[in-house]
Amino acid sequence: MTDTPVIQLSDLSIGFTGRAGHTLPVLRNIDLTVRPGESIGLVGESGSGKSTVALAAMGYLKRGLRVLGGTARFEGHDMFALKRRELETLRGGQLALIPQNSGQSLTPTLRIGAQLTEALRLHSRLDPAQFPDRVLELLGQVRLPDPQTITRRYPHELSGGQQQRVAIAMALAGEPRALLLDEPTTGLDVTTQAHILELLRDLARETGMAMVYVSHDLGAIARVCDRVVVMYAGEVVMEGSARQVLTAPTHPYARGLLASIPKLSDPHLPMALGGRPPAPGGAGDGCAFVDRCALASDLCRATRPMLAPGPGGAPVRCHHADRADTLPMSSQGDHAARAEAGTAPVLSLQDLEIRYSRPGLLDRLRGREDTRPATVDDITISIAKGETLGLVGESGSGKSTILKTIAGLLPPAGGEIRFDGDAPLPRSVEQRGPDHLRRIQLIFQNPDDSLNPRHTIAEILEQPLKLYFGLSGTALQDRCVEILERVRLGGHYLDRLPSQLSGGEKQRVAVARAFAANPDLVLCDEVTSALDVSVQAAVLELLNDLKAAQGTTYVFVSHDLAVVRALSDRVAVLYQGRLCEIGPSAEVYALPSHPYTEVLLGAVLEPDPDTAPKLTADDVIELSPPAKGCPFQRRCPRKIGARCDTDTPPWQTRDDGHAIRCHIPLDDLHRQQQADS
Amino acid sequence: MLQMFLRRLFLGAITVAIVSMIIFAGVEILPGDACTAFLEREAQGRVLENCREELDLNRPAVVRYLDWASDALRGDLGVSANGQRSIAEMVGARLQNSLLLAACALIVGVPTAIFLGVVSGLWRDRPVDLVLSTGAIFAMTIPEFVSATVLILVFSVWLGWLPGIVLTSANAPASEFFPEIILPVVVLAMVMTAHILRTVRSSVIEVMNSDYVQMATLKGVPYWRIVFRHALPNALLPAINVVALTIAWLLGGVVVIEVVFNYPGLGRMMIDAISDRDLPVVQAIALIVATVYVGVNLTADLLTMVANPRLRTLYTRK
Repeated sequence: MTDTPVIQLSDLSIGFTGRAGHTLPVLRNIDLTVRPGESIGLVGESGSGKSTVALAAMGYLKRGLRVLGGTARFEGHDMFALKRRELETLRGGQLALIPQNSGQSLTPTLRIGAQLTEALRLHSRLDPAQFPDRVLELLGQVRLPDPQTITRRYPHELSGGQQQRVAIAMALAGEPRALLLDEPTTGLDVTTQAHILELLRDLARETGMAMVYVSHDLGAIARVCDRVVVMYAGEVVMEGSARQVLTAPTHPYARGLLASIPKLSDPHLPMALGGRPPAPGGAGDGCAFVDRCALASDLCRATRPMLAPGPGGAPVRCHHADRADTLPMSSQGDHAARAEAGTAPVLSLQDLEIRYSRPGLLDRLRGREDTRPATVDDITISIAKGETLGLVGESGSGKSTILKTIAGLLPPAGGEIRFDGDAPLPRSVEQRGPDHLRRIQLIFQNPDDSLNPRHTIAEILEQPLKLYFGLSGTALQDRCVEILERVRLGGHYLDRLPSQLSGGEKQRVAVARAFAANPDLVLCDEVTSALDVSVQAAVLELLNDLKAAQGTTYVFVSHDLAVVRALSDRVAVLYQGRLCEIGPSAEVYALPSHPYTEVLLGAVLEPDPDTAPKLTADDVIELSPPAKGCPFQRRCPRKIGARCDTDTPPWQTRDDGHAIRCHIPLDDLHRQQQADS
Repeated sequence: MLQMFLRRLFLGAITVAIVSMIIFAGVEILPGDACTAFLEREAQGRVLENCREELDLNRPAVVRYLDWASDALRGDLGVSANGQRSIAEMVGARLQNSLLLAACALIVGVPTAIFLGVVSGLWRDRPVDLVLSTGAIFAMTIPEFVSATVLILVFSVWLGWLPGIVLTSANAPASEFFPEIILPVVVLAMVMTAHILRTVRSSVIEVMNSDYVQMATLKGVPYWRIVFRHALPNALLPAINVVALTIAWLLGGVVVIEVVFNYPGLGRMMIDAISDRDLPVVQAIALIVATVYVGVNLTADLLTMVANPRLRTLYTRK
């Protein structure tokens, strides 16, 4: 292996022309060297320019961007000076990209086989007669089952994980010397993500390709990268070995980022990183991070620090790198507010059954029963006042469906929902009275979709206040300001439109809208999944403060087990719409676990290069739950035999309320799991 | 897939049936009937009675509707009130003429529209796009009778290249309509080209900005191959429905053009029948136009379904 760099960015600046005609830089003086076989992680918040760096390495700029200075070289070729024809031979051949959202990056009208063959025709020296075999070989290499069938499928017929594997196979078709990965596992389930990352690690080792891995997920970076580059506001702020950056970061931003990540082993709330990054061109003369930095001094405001070796030798862009170790870097936030024991249940679900499919008209006329298994079935949970119940599971596990049903948006097919000890709640939202509607509020995953883009923040907040409390005039105005202040936004936000707010601010408005109704029960549907980790920490903190102040009860749905752990009193694990395990968070996250919980927990990636995920089951997708037996029978690593296929497992409950639904006696399960870990 | 097709066909048939009821009811509610229209001032007393007797107008409306509908199903649209001629024959010739006009306009318009739409989408915001987009807006907003008149003035009055008005009789064979048909075709093609062009343009722009086109670029696929293999099959899907609406419009809604050029098509026949208060003919044409609309839209939906793998696999793979 030679030491000539595969990819070399030198003093690269990229920007666009703003509305006022100024040139606004998106990337400032980036130097990045990737050597053969090396894997480098690019981390930073959204907007830090990390994806732009990866695309620039391919000589590609998003619409509107242009190079302001510097060069991007791939094996000596100046990518921005090459002709289109020359770029076409390099791209996808020696230099390949794996995109963030493969679902949207595969052409919808072409079969998988055709798209892979195209990549081969463009970049492979093989005889065209060998293409079909090579396609199968590539699909096998990324461990897709039944490659023959996959080639005939269209992209939309594959699951997210399968699409991502196809994208990887396509990148491998040209036998690349460098692979750029733009958030390749964001949006995938934890188990799928862990499997894809293992695959990438193995491939990099087998083929000796260099990798540039762009992600905001430090856990994923820790798993695949040797070296980590931390980006902030279009600059490199720190660079070093993965161990150095993740365990002893010398830049305050890197420390803040680490502290804002919730960790499985740590029941504290993560620490929020206050403020927001400057807009392009807004960094001024000083350090870009100055407004959010605890170490900021007059020097930081006046002069921009240079990237220079810091304590420990790693290059860092900070005037006070020597004092960075005084800043916390683990989640030392508050403990989540806890419910008082022994209070009456606010919400209880009894044998809840939910179906999306409705029998066709003909079947209804003939009086035929729907014999397919229900999407969600047999859910019995009760939630005490002031308690936070976490619902976890992979996509398709029915967690959001249950929330919709509690909110009345999706009437259940069977069972009942009792609220505050009353008679059963009416099934659908149309039949519920204003008081019930007020007391149960829902916060959605994506504030971009849930806030009307044409309503000002004032209009958004006034709606529940007028509707439920009949406020008007100055009383209404005052109340809006008060609510905004409670979510740590000021009254000056009232006249703004959602598009003028950052992602975190928008989600705060969504939280404010829910709390404007003064609810007793708030249903949170993946409320932090669309946010950056630093912002996520702030929203978690906010939810926790509101709960402590008002004794609100939460049902908190997330696919992120660490987030759920930080906030929840009790956790319920769902698989295929069926409960597997439920209990106090500390118990659910400790042994013994339901085999499915064990698989989920094993796949979580910690931002620590010394830990490895424990992968047990395959990340196969299941489209519908099995008709009988244990819902997890097909993937269970601890399956004991035919009984799992035929009999529904019993609940095994312990004294502390921790219950696991499994055929294996808890003591045996505990012993097996202890032996394996 | 077949089941799906049959279901849509069934729903289409129901739509036509409901439309036919509305048409029949509408004509029924109008003051007067075929006899009062036909007899005009003599419509009174014995004569009117006889006429109604003869045309079976005294039976309940429901019975007459069922008769009319079942006859129409067999292709018998009854006789006109004026002159007692077979409507099927009269309409048949006009329908052929309308189809001829529509076919010519489509053959000229659709390929031009798609080509220009793709060009202006690919060269977005460049001079060629500005010219085409502005031109399209003009073609859409200038009323057809104005552009028709201007074209007649230029090409037949000033230059004398083309006949400005159609003199061929309604029953003449298709070939005799040339070259008289050229100007009406040009006017129609202009309007429809503008509509289709704008749809294709915005759809091309959207697709060229999509993640999969970016991916194809970064995969090293040559530009024109991206355009033809990755972008256009997706970008042209929305065009199918616009073309379908255009076809329906060409067959029933181009009255103004037919009047300006004196073209003997279905639209002008309808207008004539309305002014003559020839209710059976009005009824028959309305029914035909409605059927065409339903049929064309059904075809478009099915085509979209065949062309779009997302929809196709929904029915072929369970």
